[in-house]
Amino acid sequence: MTFINYASREINCKIVYYGPGLCGKTTNLQYIYDSTAPQAKGKLISLATETDRTLFFDFMPLELGTVRGFKTRFHLYTVPGQVYYDASRKLILKGVDGVVFVADSQEERMDANIESLYNLEENLQSQGYNLIDIPYVLQLNKRDLPNVVPTEELAAELLRKSEPIFEATASQGVGVFDTLKAVAKQVLTELRKG
Amino acid sequence: MAETPIVIHEHQFQKMKTVMARLLVECAARVVFLVDRDGQPIAYHGDIGDMDTTSFSSLAAGNVAATSSMAKLIGEDVFPAVVHEGERESIFISVIGRSLLVVVFDERSTLGLVKLRTKKASYEVAAIFEDVVRDSEKQRVSENSFFAQITDDDIDSLFS
Repeated sequence: MTFINYASREINCKIVYYGPGLCGKTTNLQYIYDSTAPQAKGKLISLATETDRTLFFDFMPLELGTVRGFKTRFHLYTVPGQVYYDASRKLILKGVDGVVFVADSQEERMDANIESLYNLEENLQSQGYNLIDIPYVLQLNKRDLPNVVPTEELAAELLRKSEPIFEATASQGVGVFDTLKAVAKQVLTELRKG
Repeated sequence: MAETPIVIHEHQFQKMKTVMARLLVECAARVVFLVDRDGQPIAYHGDIGDMDTTSFSSLAAGNVAATSSMAKLIGEDVFPAVVHEGERESIFISVIGRSLLVVVFDERSTLGLVKLRTKKASYEVAAIFEDVVRDSEKQRVSENSFFAQITDDDIDSLFS
C-alpha cells in the first residue's frame, strides 16, 4: 500500500518480484542494486539459505527522485520461488502496489512458470487483490539461453491482461530497468487516479 | 490501486512524534520506531547511529508477519508482542492494528518497564492511526487531490 507522508514529503511504494524458483528474481534486484548510485539506494537485504536460495525475501529500497516535491521511494521485494515456501510468499504480497512476474524462458521451466502464475493469482486473491486490477508487468527472463521458448508462445501461455512484456537477461542487466520502469510508472499512474 | 493510499499529514505526524518522544524518555529506550505492518517506515525518534532504518522497518514487519502466521498454526489468533533479547541491545515490538511500535533498548532499561510504557503509548498511536486512515479515505474521494495533478511528464522525469 502506498504511503504518503506530507511531513517528510515522501511517497513509499511496494513492488514484489514473483516467479518460479531460480527464474532470476534475486538477480534482477542484484543488478538494480549494483547499477544504482549509492545515494539512491539502501542496503540489499537477503534472507537466504546457505545455498543462496531465497528463504523469506530479498529487499532493497530505491529512491527514484522527486515528483512535485515528494521523494519517491520504491521498496523492492522478491519472494522465495520454491513451491514449499508458499506461506512466505503470501506474507510478502501484503500491501503490494505492483507486481513483476519473472518467467524462466527455458522450455523445461514452462510448467513451473504456469504453476507459479496460478499461485500468484491465488495468493493475491487471498490477500484481497486481483491481478487484473493491480499494476503488473511480465518479464521473460534468460533469453540468452539456447533452449528458450519463442516469445509468442510464452506470451500465449502467461499473458493475463494487456500487461507490458519485456524480454530480459537479468544476469547481464538486459531488460531489468525497462521492467522496473514499466511497473513503477503504472504504480504512480494509479496513485494519480486516486 | 490495490488499496487506498495512506496519507499522513504534518499535524498527525507531529502527534505520532510526540507520543514516541515521550515513550523514549519514559522507558529509557535508545530509539523508538513506528512501522506499518507491510514494512513501510512511518517515523522514528531517538539515537539511530548508522542504522539503516528502512531495512530495519522491513525486517521488523517481516518478523511480525512470520510470528503471526506461526501463531495461527498453533491455534493462537495473534501474538500481540514480539521480544528479542540480546546481550546488550534488545527489541520489543508491539502490534497495534495495522502498525507496529518498535522499541530498541539496552541495559539502562528493563523489558518490564518497556512493556508497561509501550502499552499506554499503543492506545494513543492507535487513535492517531485511525484518524490517518479516516482522512486517507476522504483524500481518495477528493477531486482536488494533490496527486490528481501529477502529469505524465512528472512521472517520465523520474526515469530520464
